Amino acid sequence: MVQHLPALLVVVPLLTALSVSAFSWLSPRLCLPLTFGCIGFALASSIGILMEVIANGPMVYTMGGWGVTIGSEPIGIVYVIDYLSAPILVVVTAVALLNLVASSKQIDRDFSDKKGTFYTLYILFVTGLMGIVATGDAFNLYVLLEIAALTGYALIGLGQPRAPLSSLNYLFIGTIGASFYLLGVGYLYIATGSLNMADLARFIAMPEHSSSTIVMFAFIICMTGLFIKMGLFPLHGWLPNAYSHASPASSALLAPLTTKVMIYAMIRVCLFVFTPAYVFGTLKISNAIVWISVAAIVVGSLMALTQKSLFKMLTYIVIAEVGYMVGGFFLGNRMGITGSTLHIINDAAMTLCLFLAAGAITYRTKSDSFSELKGIFKRMPYTMTAFTVGALAVIGIPPTCGFFSKWYLIIGGINAGHYGFVAALIFSSLVNAVLFFRIFEIAYFQSPGDSKDHHHHGHHRRKDKMVEAPLSMLVPLMIVALSLIALGIYTGDIVTHVIQAAIPGGIS
Amino acid sequence: MEQIITAIGAKYNYIMYVILMMIGLYAMIVKSNLVKKIIGMSIFQTSIILFYVSTAYKTGKTIPIVPYPAHEAVRAADYINPLPHVLMLTAIVVSVATLGVALALAMKVYRQYGTLEEDDINENLRSEEGK
Repeated sequence: MVQHLPALLVVVPLLTALSVSAFSWLSPRLCLPLTFGCIGFALASSIGILMEVIANGPMVYTMGGWGVTIGSEPIGIVYVIDYLSAPILVVVTAVALLNLVASSKQIDRDFSDKKGTFYTLYILFVTGLMGIVATGDAFNLYVLLEIAALTGYALIGLGQPRAPLSSLNYLFIGTIGASFYLLGVGYLYIATGSLNMADLARFIAMPEHSSSTIVMFAFIICMTGLFIKMGLFPLHGWLPNAYSHASPASSALLAPLTTKVMIYAMIRVCLFVFTPAYVFGTLKISNAIVWISVAAIVVGSLMALTQKSLFKMLTYIVIAEVGYMVGGFFLGNRMGITGSTLHIINDAAMTLCLFLAAGAITYRTKSDSFSELKGIFKRMPYTMTAFTVGALAVIGIPPTCGFFSKWYLIIGGINAGHYGFVAALIFSSLVNAVLFFRIFEIAYFQSPGDSKDHHHHGHHRRKDKMVEAPLSMLVPLMIVALSLIALGIYTGDIVTHVIQAAIPGGIS
Repeated sequence: MEQIITAIGAKYNYIMYVILMMIGLYAMIVKSNLVKKIIGMSIFQTSIILFYVSTAYKTGKTIPIVPYPAHEAVRAADYINPLPHVLMLTAIVVSVATLGVALALAMKVYRQYGTLEEDDINENLRSEEGK
């Protein structure tokens, strides 16, 4: 059974998505339990796979048994789950499940007549992401990339009145990104005649390929495509509007997962297709990419500072965090890559925590502008506590997980002698502190009646009353907030048992 | 000069796909009508499909259909490579799906603003924010 899980992980949700859309005609009430069961199954099997990988090493699943090799070339699609992909699978499915529970009320309210559609898209999106993480085939990665992207566009387009336009702009830019990736894969195929990642890595390690301009062009164009998809700084234009105009139920799914899984894809393509020796040695571009991510961190943080609404601010923080991970990876040393991989897990949890809290706030206040946040601590104490934990993690205060991944990134920067990156990380932490303490100040010390006329005392008192978010939102939010601390405490175990094993041996 | 011409002659497929790609990209960046942008996106994707299919071609070789039972030993070098075509079937499906989603979103935009011209929509948004 366990050996078939990598395939079931993608096949079961794919078929459930179909049945959810069919059931939505018969009985819309069945959609949520079906979706819950399906993503719960995915989470359970991801955890099973992670245990299996830790116990017995990486799993390789050959689709339809087409793994028989003729000569040396594997034919057919393989799914490879190793130390790098197994933890990311758990993160993807856990985020999807928690957000599903937390958003069910929101979905009922916002999409009462389109519930079936929403849940179908939700499952398909998660399927696409799980496929990206699991696949060992460069072309298959493109197809799954587009499955996740297309459902993502639709999920965003269902949101606020302005969402379709933002989603359409995202679609234009996202299509360019995916097409660039496809083009890069085409050049790799011309150069090597293979699409299997392990096979490609073997070819690229050969001197005649590592000196070839075709492979170099393929690398540059693949990376450009993935950078567009993850929203690295000069290519981030689609991100803020798309995520802030989407419904909170979709943005709490998309914002923690899309960019993180794209960074995973970048790490996968760099380490296991182009090989570390080629990316960090033969090509002399990693320094330039670190500087680009320094720019991403600085600009993302500064732009976050100028925003006047919660979701917009969070989207710019996401852009800065993308800079952390890309920069840390292209430092090219073990510490930097460890920090970058660890930050994928931590940042998914932090972003989920902040977006869920912001979603709970907008569920009650109907607006996410800072002026609506006055006195929100008194009205929604539990939500704001979770928000505070998330904010402390983003700033990087010790017991929370954000501190540890930042620590690895900074050590990586010092080891590589890249002090610009270290400075950008510290600068961004300071800006994040300013950002969040400004919100705490508004939320804790300013009372809602401050700027308004004072003689409406009845009105005033009503605004002070506790209107906490529904329990189905609070419980997942609390779980995420606690997981931020748990991830911080167990950082050592995660790094030694999983991440160190995920990084190929050649990197010092 | 002659060398350049032979080089272009031998690799014209790459030049053609880049030209098509740039036409698509130009339309996506410069045109303000959303449907024209969508058409540009379609051209952009099609250029990559053409690139893949053109790489499969071998001069003077035949289509990869082998009679069964084969009369003689089958040599891969005698047939054009079928794999890029198969890959592009998938890519065509993806691009059709993208086109569908894009047109659906454009319809939603049209219903909301009554226009598909980006300049008009932006003006509309600005006056909304001014209120």
